[in-house]
Amino acid sequence: MKLTCLSSGSGYQFPPCHILEDVCGFRILLDCPLDLSALSVFSPVPPDNDFVSDGKASYDSARDCFDKEQEIQKRQKIETPLHGKDLIHDELWYKTVKNLHLWDPSSIDVVLISSVMGMLGLPFLTRAEGFSAKIYATDAAARLARLMMEDLIAMNMEYQYFYGPRESGGPHWMRWEELELLRPELKKVVVGKDGTELGGWLPLYSSADVMDCMRKVQTLKYAETACYNGTLVLQPFSSGSEIGSCNWTIDGPKRNIAWLSCSIFASAHAMNFDYGALRGRDLVLYSDKQFLPLMDEVQSNDASSTIPSNDLSSLSRYCSADKDDWKELTESLLSTDEILEKEKMDFICSCILQSVQAGGSVVIPYNRLGILLQLLEMIPVLLESLAADVPIYVISSMAAELLAFTNVIPEWASKPRQEKMFSGEPMFSHVDLVNKRKLHVFSAIHSPELLTTWQEPCIIFAPHWSLRLGPVVHLLRRWSGDENSLLILEDGVDPDIALLPFKPLEMKVLQCSFLPERRLPKVDCMLKLLQPKILVLPDDLKEKLDFSNPSLDSFSVLYYTEGETLSLPSSPEGTLDLEIASVLAERFAWQNLGRQDVMYTRLEGELVMEQGKFRLLPGITSADSHPSKNKE
Amino acid sequence: MGIECLVLGAGQEIGKSCVVVTINGKRIMFDCGMHLGHSDEERYPDFSLINGSLDCVVITHFHLDHIGALPYFTEVIGYSGPIYMTYPTKALAPLMLVDFLRISVGRGVEEKFTADDITACMKKVTPIDLKQNIQVGKDLQIRAYYAGHVLGAAMVYAKVGDASMVYTGDYNMTPDRHLGAAQIDPLELDLVITESTYATTVRDSKHASERKFLKAVHDCVVAGGKVLIPTFALGRAQELFILLEDYWERMNLKVPIYFSSGLTRQANIYYKTLMSWTNQKIKDTIALQNAFNFKHVVSFDRSQINAPGSCVLFASPGMLSGGLSLEVFKQWAPSKVNLVMLPGHCVAGTIGHKLASGKLTKLYADNNSQIEIRCKNVNLSFSAHTDSKGIMDLLKFLSPKHVMLVHGEKPRMSILKKKIESGMGIKCFDPPNGGVVKIPSAVHVKAQTTDSFAKSCQSPNFSLSRCSTSGAVLSTDLTSPLMVSEERVSEAILFMDRSKARGVHKEELELIGSGEGKSQVFLYGHCFPIRSDNLTKATGRLGLSGNRSWLKVLALELSHLFPQTDVHNMGDFLQVGSFQLSVCPNQSCTRRSSDVPGDHATTCTYLCCSWCMEDEKLALAIISSVRNSL
Repeated sequence: MKLTCLSSGSGYQFPPCHILEDVCGFRILLDCPLDLSALSVFSPVPPDNDFVSDGKASYDSARDCFDKEQEIQKRQKIETPLHGKDLIHDELWYKTVKNLHLWDPSSIDVVLISSVMGMLGLPFLTRAEGFSAKIYATDAAARLARLMMEDLIAMNMEYQYFYGPRESGGPHWMRWEELELLRPELKKVVVGKDGTELGGWLPLYSSADVMDCMRKVQTLKYAETACYNGTLVLQPFSSGSEIGSCNWTIDGPKRNIAWLSCSIFASAHAMNFDYGALRGRDLVLYSDKQFLPLMDEVQSNDASSTIPSNDLSSLSRYCSADKDDWKELTESLLSTDEILEKEKMDFICSCILQSVQAGGSVVIPYNRLGILLQLLEMIPVLLESLAADVPIYVISSMAAELLAFTNVIPEWASKPRQEKMFSGEPMFSHVDLVNKRKLHVFSAIHSPELLTTWQEPCIIFAPHWSLRLGPVVHLLRRWSGDENSLLILEDGVDPDIALLPFKPLEMKVLQCSFLPERRLPKVDCMLKLLQPKILVLPDDLKEKLDFSNPSLDSFSVLYYTEGETLSLPSSPEGTLDLEIASVLAERFAWQNLGRQDVMYTRLEGELVMEQGKFRLLPGITSADSHPSKNKE
Repeated sequence: MGIECLVLGAGQEIGKSCVVVTINGKRIMFDCGMHLGHSDEERYPDFSLINGSLDCVVITHFHLDHIGALPYFTEVIGYSGPIYMTYPTKALAPLMLVDFLRISVGRGVEEKFTADDITACMKKVTPIDLKQNIQVGKDLQIRAYYAGHVLGAAMVYAKVGDASMVYTGDYNMTPDRHLGAAQIDPLELDLVITESTYATTVRDSKHASERKFLKAVHDCVVAGGKVLIPTFALGRAQELFILLEDYWERMNLKVPIYFSSGLTRQANIYYKTLMSWTNQKIKDTIALQNAFNFKHVVSFDRSQINAPGSCVLFASPGMLSGGLSLEVFKQWAPSKVNLVMLPGHCVAGTIGHKLASGKLTKLYADNNSQIEIRCKNVNLSFSAHTDSKGIMDLLKFLSPKHVMLVHGEKPRMSILKKKIESGMGIKCFDPPNGGVVKIPSAVHVKAQTTDSFAKSCQSPNFSLSRCSTSGAVLSTDLTSPLMVSEERVSEAILFMDRSKARGVHKEELELIGSGEGKSQVFLYGHCFPIRSDNLTKATGRLGLSGNRSWLKVLALELSHLFPQTDVHNMGDFLQVGSFQLSVCPNQSCTRRSSDVPGDHATTCTYLCCSWCMEDEKLALAIISSVRNSL
């Protein structure tokens, strides 16, 4: 079996992408994400305000005339700080996973999806000629992914209107001479570190592609079993990071694999991380890189996330405890995440309040559904306590559907949310807010209803977090000069490049990581619980995890590197399990072998592969059904 | 071992469904219902018949005859193990139970459990989703499938070891306005316990009765009449709401549709959240408007009973057995333009039953004055149970080894039983309450086998032969039928060594010393690849080359690794006890393993080994250490 890491990803927005080869003879693609942070090389607005009036035409002619001059100018500008003009002014293209296009789509047998984000690049793959793999995703992730894709298409449409029909022969910025002119920071994003990633850029898929893609996906519930070709038994288990996101187990006759994606021990809205179900696998592929780098860095880094030190010591104490302390261990794993996340959210809310009180507006380009839901609950409470009449808007083509969807999925929600449902309340309070007219949901920024209810200051949730698409672009242009306004950015975008088109920027920017990082002691604990024989980790964790700990040396550790293929040793036992139907077993004619305790018999029947197991069943052909017998 | 079923309720009757099944030693209780037709001891299942402890309780849906006794069982009897039910069942069951308790108290009947018991009991319930594999303890696995009967109704699959079974609960094989049809995977089952409410009835299509219903309601409201629909708050009411709401939209009707009970309002909230348990058509509406967000359906106020104008009213309880529905009936019955719609079967003895059979012309009101019944009435059967065709379809689909019938009327059940036994050749049981059914279960013999066994068994290996009719061995009779025999599996041999069974391919073995008097010894074999560049490097260090030098290196290596054994280098092969190792030149070696090491299959050298059974441990140790070190 071989593992190729196509991309080690960057955080929640761009999960890692792997290919597992020869898993009982099959090739499995793990996730198919889209690097949306790369959109930052484009400029959503023409570089200067003068261009707004006559748009593309003047820009194009300007470009033709001053091509040469520009070239010289640009080269001279290398030393000057990056400017909004340096960005690419063209229709948006999207960056798919590096080198995925080099794999023959028809050679992939199975695609496993771990999260909504891991699915956004899938329509590119499913429309490829010869693609015939079976795609498995959780039901909720697939439905959310469809909303995200549709939203992306709707937002992208705006640019298509602006730039007109596509140029033939690829966009101008992809020509080598143009690429040479790009500033190094941007060039790195466009062609990658080693200059090989240009082939991954594509114009966005269409609605029809998405429809076609969703038709090919087989959706599962948590802990539901899917059996591929009788051989591989696949099961998704909740990973806690988002509604519908999951870790997978892949069980074949010779292999038991658990693939751990980004997982959170205790989530405020999604079902908790079900790590108990991942135990007892030979091989654990741990593709999650979301670690807090080093313990001491944490405390200096972010005042809002200081960890009570006794908490950690209790954790390590549990780590050294016996295996029997499963329950205690479990509780200790769950407790700390909650505290951290709560503090972080409180801090964000207090910043929002400050801005609003100063008369500024707040823009939150949401990305994670969980954050949207949590803030939608926390902010109105705070506003009420201040008796401030500040409207909250959610603007997105899919907002109404998305919010409605969150209230009909108790099966995917966390325990406290489920309890709310059982006691007859809506799981998320945004329904009430809409009814009380405190929250307004609009499909577009130009919808007439929005214009009639518009009121400033306000708090707006709108896509897209790359700041290159959607209503956010217009809102930032409106408020970028207002020093009282606030923009809340998630981790995963480079603020230097992301904010370029909106400079000069007066408004405040708060960038924070919403994802509770897993601290290393926790990972140690978890790995100890899972007890794999072989553990496969990304190589960046080499220094961070210490396997000299005597409790952790029971398994061998392998490290994978992006872009390289790692062969994984086969399981040491050379034998397979065989189940023989009792009907057959009764018919066996045992013969003794001279030596007293050994017997043997000839087998008959039919060998089938079912649910990842070899089974010998009574076959159709046997000597008894001899056709000549009928004639006797 | 095997499966043993103890029927505590719904044996040859309808009511208090409860079956305790022991599968390979694990004991599960399916449903825990009460009998609404009894108010004495017979009301609850006789839990004293259970001997031993239960591993879990699974409830299929929220009807009282399936869940009514649960609070009594957990809070009074004291069962404290896990309880499983689907999300909608967990959400809606307390409504049903609390409402039941309220009515009982209203009638002055004392029940065996209290409202607090209900709350405490529901806290212990673990909600499950469809198709989720739930592991109960180490050995028992349960899984719920969609049953369609009411929102959240489930059929339950249970498996312990090799034995598995399905308990259907109540199910419906035809979709209705808000629910889909029952759905289950093809499973290999030893037993199916199925309901048999309509053991002999074959129902007409639902469309006809829906049309009839809508026409009657339409005619009445257009003529200015009032429509009374006595029904329970949950289940049927929501189905008819959807039907009417849809019709009202299409026909652009403005007549209000009322529901009387607060329970219905609460239930509607749950139905809204639990959308994913309805049918696909309703699920698709989420994008536009939740189908349970009714526009025309509004709640009713008692003062509106005699308000002028037409309306439609859903009043509980069903069958006009009392409460608001009867009160309204008394008010509305005297008018010719009004309509009473009975959407289901009415139990004998109720006013609904009398009305439906056309025997009711007069009724005494509270003040002893007589009320003439002049209103129209229509009785329609919107049953949510499967009919006999559906039962047979499900059994044919699952084709289990045994069937057990519960939840039906005795004479009809025995007709169905005969039909199943003669029609499908499946053994069928219909035990009464307190009865016990024991059936054997499938057992698989566990063995171990090798790669080449699996490989050779999966590739076709036909042999053709002509068999003669005359019996002569060398017949040239070309008219004799050509016989095809499939030999892939019969080339394999199963070994039994003490308690361990092992299947191998015949070519993996060598028979040594097959002469008389001598003992016969079978050899196991394995041929595996190692990276030759590693080996060459190692030999290079010793300044040697060639196949024989490789063996020298291996011999050195092995004597390092296994100091307590003697490694003999015999030139062409190495010998350790009965274990032999040589470089394998044969590309199609039958012992060859299928794993290709690492990345470059081209630079591999295969090492072929053989050993006697008694040296198996040593042999596997040597092989794995050779593989790991090179």
